[in-house]
Amino acid sequence: MSAVAPPWAMLAELTHSCPLHCSYCSNPVELIARDRELNTGQWVRVMEDAAAIGVVHAHLSGGEPLLRPDLTAIVAAAARAGVYTQLVTSGAGLTPARLAELAAAGLHSVQLSVQDATAAASDRIAGGRWFATKERAAALVREADLPLGLNVVLHRHNLDTVGEIIELGASWGAERVELANTQFYGWAMRNRDRLLPSRDQLRRAEETVRAWRERLAGRMELIWVVPDYFDGVAKPCMGGWGAISLTVAPDGRVLPCPGAYVLPGLAFPDVREHSLRWIWEESAAFNAYRGTAWMSGPCAGCARRDTDFGGCRCQAYALTGDAGRTDPACSLSPDHHLIQAIATGDRPGGDAGPVANRRMPRARSGHGGEGG
Amino acid sequence: MSAPPSPPGPGWRPRLRRAIVLRHDPVRDQDLLVMPERIVVLNEEAAAVVRLCDGERTVGDIVTELTGTWPAAPVAADVSGFLVRIRDEGWVG
Ligand code: SF4
Ligand code: SF4
Repeated sequence: MSAVAPPWAMLAELTHSCPLHCSYCSNPVELIARDRELNTGQWVRVMEDAAAIGVVHAHLSGGEPLLRPDLTAIVAAAARAGVYTQLVTSGAGLTPARLAELAAAGLHSVQLSVQDATAAASDRIAGGRWFATKERAAALVREADLPLGLNVVLHRHNLDTVGEIIELGASWGAERVELANTQFYGWAMRNRDRLLPSRDQLRRAEETVRAWRERLAGRMELIWVVPDYFDGVAKPCMGGWGAISLTVAPDGRVLPCPGAYVLPGLAFPDVREHSLRWIWEESAAFNAYRGTAWMSGPCAGCARRDTDFGGCRCQAYALTGDAGRTDPACSLSPDHHLIQAIATGDRPGGDAGPVANRRMPRARSGHGGEGG
Repeated sequence: MSAPPSPPGPGWRPRLRRAIVLRHDPVRDQDLLVMPERIVVLNEEAAAVVRLCDGERTVGDIVTELTGTWPAAPVAADVSGFLVRIRDEGWVG
């Protein structure tokens, strides 16, 4: 084994197309068009190469991965290579036949995105009438005896109904509900002022989740992904740059994190030009912020540098223009006032201005991101 | 996925839950338990127990089989304790 520890997980963004239009989507604002996507053979090779360098888990995401007609072939390739697959979907396009085919090909589990607890609220966020589709998709997954997880991105407009969202998960038979406070990248960053909750809202939601967690112990797992802007602590983004996970973009570029598209000065290597092993171990992009040697400022001398890796590079860049600075979410960062000003509501824009629901370039509509 | 409240009797036939995969990882040369959102690295003993959780063997069968493998260890107590722990995690039922 080389000096670089192998990756555990791969986020495969199979397409950025999506019929939904969530304003919190973490896909890059420059969505990748369908004619630039990898073909079936290229994805099959990505799965084989990923397994060979140690990837155990593949999250098949997007956009909406069900829009790939060859999804079954991609799942089968992963299964053959011994990679555990989880489909991350909005539910749009999940028919009984499609699910049966995917399960037969070796799909292991399904994570379904839900926007809110009721059809009206959920459809408003998704930018279309999708709630009933999601409910049907959840039932299909349970009937197929696959484990079902729900993934809910939280923000100002649904945090107050987090209790109802949890009940919905229980009634749909989910084994796990992931409550992920919005991370401000991509489309979500563009819509930040409309999505950012108040501190009070967050506190109430957190209490609700705590109470439900006790009530549901042993029956349903609740995961609370903490919000970024409020607690003065930097999160170990992706478990560290190039430490645990890699993201393959629809067009074959490989990134350490799905938020990294916008980082300047990093040429993200392409699976069509380089082996995944070289990309993971040797490429400049994956080594740029790996470990702690790149650090300066407060991180370099900080006791937490091996725990949180200086926080998120994408957030440092988004807020300071320099991806190499300490994450402003950290209270030790000289830029922390930037986050504080935003979190306390001292921000221009406020509720004014339209939400930019994500759209594909040209005629295609779409979405993507960890929302799935 | 709620766990039965009482300690399992000797007739319990533990079975790995359907979506959980036990596999050897050739890259790391380790045994892994892989689940939808989690990967657990098992030591050799734990992997040997989980490998026998096929829904056919009783706890007694598993203990008997492993006693041959590790004659010096207190296999019965260790195995039952481990099985209860992983049952409470929801990994076997
Ligand atoms: S200074 Fe850097 S390493 Fe220390 S806690 Fe803040 S982000 Fe983490
Ligand atoms: S990919 Fe983006 S737009 Fe589509 S469902 Fe997920 S979060 Fe929403």
